[in-house]
Amino acid sequence: MAIKVSLKVNGKAVSAEVEERTLLVSLIRESLRLTGTHVGCDTAQCGACTVHMNGKAIKSCSIVAMQAEGAEVLTIEGVAKADGTLHPMQQAFKDNHGLQCGFCTPGMVMNALDFARNNPSPTEQEVRESLEGNLCRCTGYHNIVKSIVAGAKAMGGKI
Amino acid sequence: MNAPLIGARVARKEDYRFLTGAGQYTDDVTLPNQAYAAFVRSPHAHAKIRKISLEKAQQASGVLGIFTGEDFAAAKVGGLPCGWLITDVDGQPMKEPPHPCLAQGKVRHVGDQVAVVVAETLAQAKDAAELVEVDYEVLQAVVDVASARRGPAIHEGVADNTCYVWAIGDKGACDAAFAKAAHVTKLEFVNNRLIPNAIEPRAAIGAYSRADDAYTLYVSSQNPHVERLLMTAFVLGLPEHKVRVIAPDVGGGFGSKIYLYAEDVVVTWAAKRLNRSVKWTAERSESFVSDAHGRDHVTVAELAMDKDGKFLGMRVKTTANMGAYLSTFASCIPTILYATLLAGQYTTPVIYCEVTAVFTNTVPVDAYRGAGRPEATYVVERLVETAAREMKLDPAEIRRRNFIRSFPYQTPVALQYDTGDYDATLDAAVKMADVAGFAKRKEESIKKGKLRGLGYCAYIEACGIAPSAVAGSLGARAGLFEAGEVRVHPTGSVTVFTGSHSHGQGHETTFAQVVADRLGLAIENVDIVHGDTSKVLFGMGTYGSRSLAVGGTAIVKALDKIVAKGKKIAAHLMEAAESDIEYDRGTFKVAGTDKTKTFGEVAFAAYVPHNYPHDKLEPGLNENAFYDPANFTFPAGTYVCEVEVDRDTGVVRIERFTAVDDFGKIVNPMIVEGQVHGGLAQGIGQALTESSIYDATGQLITGSFMDYCIPRATDVPMFKVDTRETPCTHNPLGVKGCGEAGAIGSPAALMNAITDALGVKDLAMPATAQTVWRSMQKAA
Repeated sequence: MAIKVSLKVNGKAVSAEVEERTLLVSLIRESLRLTGTHVGCDTAQCGACTVHMNGKAIKSCSIVAMQAEGAEVLTIEGVAKADGTLHPMQQAFKDNHGLQCGFCTPGMVMNALDFARNNPSPTEQEVRESLEGNLCRCTGYHNIVKSIVAGAKAMGGKI
Repeated sequence: MNAPLIGARVARKEDYRFLTGAGQYTDDVTLPNQAYAAFVRSPHAHAKIRKISLEKAQQASGVLGIFTGEDFAAAKVGGLPCGWLITDVDGQPMKEPPHPCLAQGKVRHVGDQVAVVVAETLAQAKDAAELVEVDYEVLQAVVDVASARRGPAIHEGVADNTCYVWAIGDKGACDAAFAKAAHVTKLEFVNNRLIPNAIEPRAAIGAYSRADDAYTLYVSSQNPHVERLLMTAFVLGLPEHKVRVIAPDVGGGFGSKIYLYAEDVVVTWAAKRLNRSVKWTAERSESFVSDAHGRDHVTVAELAMDKDGKFLGMRVKTTANMGAYLSTFASCIPTILYATLLAGQYTTPVIYCEVTAVFTNTVPVDAYRGAGRPEATYVVERLVETAAREMKLDPAEIRRRNFIRSFPYQTPVALQYDTGDYDATLDAAVKMADVAGFAKRKEESIKKGKLRGLGYCAYIEACGIAPSAVAGSLGARAGLFEAGEVRVHPTGSVTVFTGSHSHGQGHETTFAQVVADRLGLAIENVDIVHGDTSKVLFGMGTYGSRSLAVGGTAIVKALDKIVAKGKKIAAHLMEAAESDIEYDRGTFKVAGTDKTKTFGEVAFAAYVPHNYPHDKLEPGLNENAFYDPANFTFPAGTYVCEVEVDRDTGVVRIERFTAVDDFGKIVNPMIVEGQVHGGLAQGIGQALTESSIYDATGQLITGSFMDYCIPRATDVPMFKVDTRETPCTHNPLGVKGCGEAGAIGSPAALMNAITDALGVKDLAMPATAQTVWRSMQKAA
């Protein structure tokens, strides 16, 4: 049965008809065509689908779309400035070669934004622990860790 | 603009789109009139299909079509081909049983495709797939590699489940070397089965146009032209010009996306049958049981030495698991890409290796990052380190006593190394790793109640597999060249088309650096296009760390043609002899004068040919080149790993990991370091965390990220990496390739360190806390 869900995504009011079982990530990718949020596993392990809901990083494969009724959702498409300038965290990933194939990258950035907001000068170990829910198969994490340390510093505790 | 770009840490051109969510991976593509496919897969490892009942599923809402092996047989769709013929020791061709796209009466591994359901929505396709009833007669599964030859036959006509028995080297000479040895080191290894797990699951969208009688396949592939060639010529029997294959952004491959998979064929075929676009995207649980796996060898290896630790001979016997069917390049991995690397960096004069390839009721096994070379390196470097311990020699010293120092060097296992400097990488690694300070650090660990160990690995690999003629004589059914096209636009900007494919390697940047550097253009004026058979003239794709060495060289050869033609045009424009024209970083000059024409002016003259040597030259400035290398390239290096082991828990912590590689000339050190980091993490995954477990009935127990542990950020350290450089002698860039080294060299370095810490001869990979803890209990 189709259910209407209304929410705000990247600052814009949107609504979509979904089934009860439709996951938030499906609403984002299929209904809204925001394909920067990715699906990498079935088991909430990889974190490629990470978005912000009401200001917190969540795995959008792990909640159904109906749970986002009335919520404010931020996806990777809403992170850069309106004029296209990269957010300091995105810029840090670019400067530090913190991405290769790019598939895990949106989830990494969304998780890093939430982490860095609360940790403006994290240690390497703290960053590694913050990546507990995000898998990358390309980078060996070395440059992702460097990116997040640099990005957090550039953010100064503010998104 | 004139600063050299080759060797510069240029930020990647592709990053902006990936960082802003603008990448276009296959599943991000939605075509008009798109339907969705879901596969019915076998829950059994080995079973006969008695009956498939489709009635309930056909009545489910949204279903457009359900197809089984019967439909494919009726349509005369062929099976999936194997691209490399290995000849048995008795001169017979390897056994090549059929590999149907959809099962024909029998299933041979959990995950084998039995039927496909196509429906209006993905949810409808999956719901209907659940309603397909398959009546199986379950057969005894063959799971264990070592006993596979005695198991029930998996394929008709392959009674002993043996694909081939193959050998290389002089057995008699090798046995004689062992007979006079002062010491023999012997080890038995399992090189553990790995599941590649690129974070983007495989995906494919088939589309068909009645208007053009033409197909388009979007697919997450490392080599779209090879995919098209195999699919059209060997499976669907279609002319190639009617099939366009697009591999858009691809989220990691590591080998697993080289192959032609059944799903790619099925969605393409179904697109015409249903006159709809048909999309399939793997769930991760499907990836685990349908992507080709890697490694899976059981080996006994021996190294014979004289009293000074000089290697006299090596004898290796390996059983390699092919899985249930031969995947696209499965047969050449444990032979041509494995046994030929057993000389390593050493002058071992005689080597004999025998490989038995067996079928089992498991997922097919094929190339995974390193493909044969990690397995060979593990054999050689575990043997060498163990030999050093047994001979009471320093592990660096035993290596130095045996290093090859004169090039070119012909190994006893077919390869000829063109260049290298193994002392340089070993010495640098010893210094960077502060091996001199290890004893003190070990004391400190002991004071804390912990164990500490140090291990080396001095690896060599063969990249850019070539030349085609030699590969052909060894059984390759494909060429191993690469193609490139340089299209200069009228105002002097350049689009380059390459048959290489980037799925994380950053070709759009590295190749643009090469082109901009050699033409003397701004890098912004150069774009690289790849991954589309309708745009790129031809391509063999990306695997075996071949892109820059082979694909980059094809581009360089096309650039040379561009400059040669440009000189002719410039000579005409400046009324000079062609032989007097010099090209220097963006400018054509008449030697000894101040007369010049810019690259842009010459390009413009080629496309607006009012003043042009029409009697001698065609208009336009566009050149193609194909490049077939004269030899493999031979990257090599030394890795040093230092670990601390917790006595109470068995947890291994990597304290230091130092990698010094010789990749020849380096175009972008930032990207090269990234490739090394990623390879190291995958090798560390093999040695520490990644365990593929099949139970006795052939069920994959480790079938999700909950069970199969690819390394997380806390499992790996910050790496210390550096390079030394001996340029490759047979390509104009002097490059060797860097994509696989990390995964090739790290498992042995890590296991050498752990066995050093524990004081044991051997330990199985992965050295999980439980494995290490059990080993300590046994020793105590």
